[in-house]
Amino acid sequence: MGENGWRVRVDGSLCIGAGICASTAPSHFALDDGLSQPLAERIQPDEAVRDAADSCPMEAITVFDVVTGVQVAPEP
Amino acid sequence: MATPPSYPFSPPERLDLDPRYARLRREEPLVRVRLPYGEPVWLATRHADVRTVLGDARFSRAVAAGRDEPRNTERRQDNGILGMDPPEHTRLRRLVAKAFTARRVEQLRGQTRATAHELVDGLLAAGPPADLVAHVATPLPIRVICDLLGVPVTDQDKFHTWSEAIVSTTSLSGEQVQRYLDNLFGYMTGLIEQRRREPADDLLTAMVQARDADADRLTEDEVIQLAAGLLAAGHETTVTQIPNFVYVLLTAEQGWARLCADPGLVPSAVEELMRYVPLGATAGFARYALEDVELGGVLVRAGEPVLVSIASANRDETVFTEPDTLDLARAVNPHLGFGHGAHHCVGAQLARMELQVVLETLLERTPGLRLAVPESELTWKSGLLVRGLTALPVSW
Repeated sequence: MGENGWRVRVDGSLCIGAGICASTAPSHFALDDGLSQPLAERIQPDEAVRDAADSCPMEAITVFDVVTGVQVAPEP
Repeated sequence: MATPPSYPFSPPERLDLDPRYARLRREEPLVRVRLPYGEPVWLATRHADVRTVLGDARFSRAVAAGRDEPRNTERRQDNGILGMDPPEHTRLRRLVAKAFTARRVEQLRGQTRATAHELVDGLLAAGPPADLVAHVATPLPIRVICDLLGVPVTDQDKFHTWSEAIVSTTSLSGEQVQRYLDNLFGYMTGLIEQRRREPADDLLTAMVQARDADADRLTEDEVIQLAAGLLAAGHETTVTQIPNFVYVLLTAEQGWARLCADPGLVPSAVEELMRYVPLGATAGFARYALEDVELGGVLVRAGEPVLVSIASANRDETVFTEPDTLDLARAVNPHLGFGHGAHHCVGAQLARMELQVVLETLLERTPGLRLAVPESELTWKSGLLVRGLTALPVSW
């Protein structure tokens, strides 16, 4: 994957298991015991992941640019 | 093959749940049923299966548009965002989702509390007895969603009437539904044009600006329909659930008295009531399988529709201990009262906050709250997608 791309995190203490991310970006999130987990922490940029982070009601998903460290989503 | 049984299995009776669900969960978790209109459909009754149908991308809402969708009304309605799948669905949802995050909703709590106190002042001045539906349950969610969207609360008599169109099954004729929807969309069109001329600090303005900044991504009709949907759905459900919750608390063992003794239980009580109250009077918005899917011991074929019973899932004994008992302190409560997956209620955090604030305010101001009439004299709405009381006369 190299040094570029995104880093995806789900804060398990915030997640309520609404399942929006797993429906919106099924190749990146799955529910494990009711709570969301990213399938991979390091990914290539994918709009579906940005959508999922922006759609999370708990803002439990954060996406960072690996190179710049800048937060890609959710939007502030 | 025998004709599938009609659904709902029985007319909604207060907030009682048909005993057939418990048997189906045990013996036939996926069953063929027929709604009043449209093609036969599978009904899922177990928690795990319901979550799969609502959350798994192998099930689609968008396919329904080209099919004889199972439904409760003869005429077909344009479901707007509820008829879309990701990523199309997400394009619209993103537009409003950030206004409804837990963080943003928390900023509205103080104002909501002040409104609740003001409305309870009115209740106290009118009785006892007085109607909780008219004095508190109806105006509170309307004021909150009006403030958030930027809709003049003084127009509430108009749009509250029109909003019934989105929850009606038989309470309105097909022509009335169409007229109410036309009125609602026309009203919203006017407000949106007004915001375009005079921007304000509200969600309508944010939606207009998003549309104007990227007109290729959003059509004007989409913005109007979404805003109208938020206004209508944004209050119909909570308006109905507040009296349902209070009714259950006042009539169940370990209800109101327990909450009075320990008001710290309000957050878990709201979750428990979301689980326990079967808000839906029927089912709708079937999901279509995009490929063959093994579900509840049955192979659902690609192209077949599946409905879910959220009320049944919320009483699944394999997930909830003593599922038919109201336990206001229930610790593990993965209820599906706000749905699941892409279409999980966008206003869930707002509804939670409103329900918590209303209960806290009533506990503080009217600890002696009780029904002002015998339970058998309460009247229930009919012909709607939701179950609810027409009035809730209370004393204190």
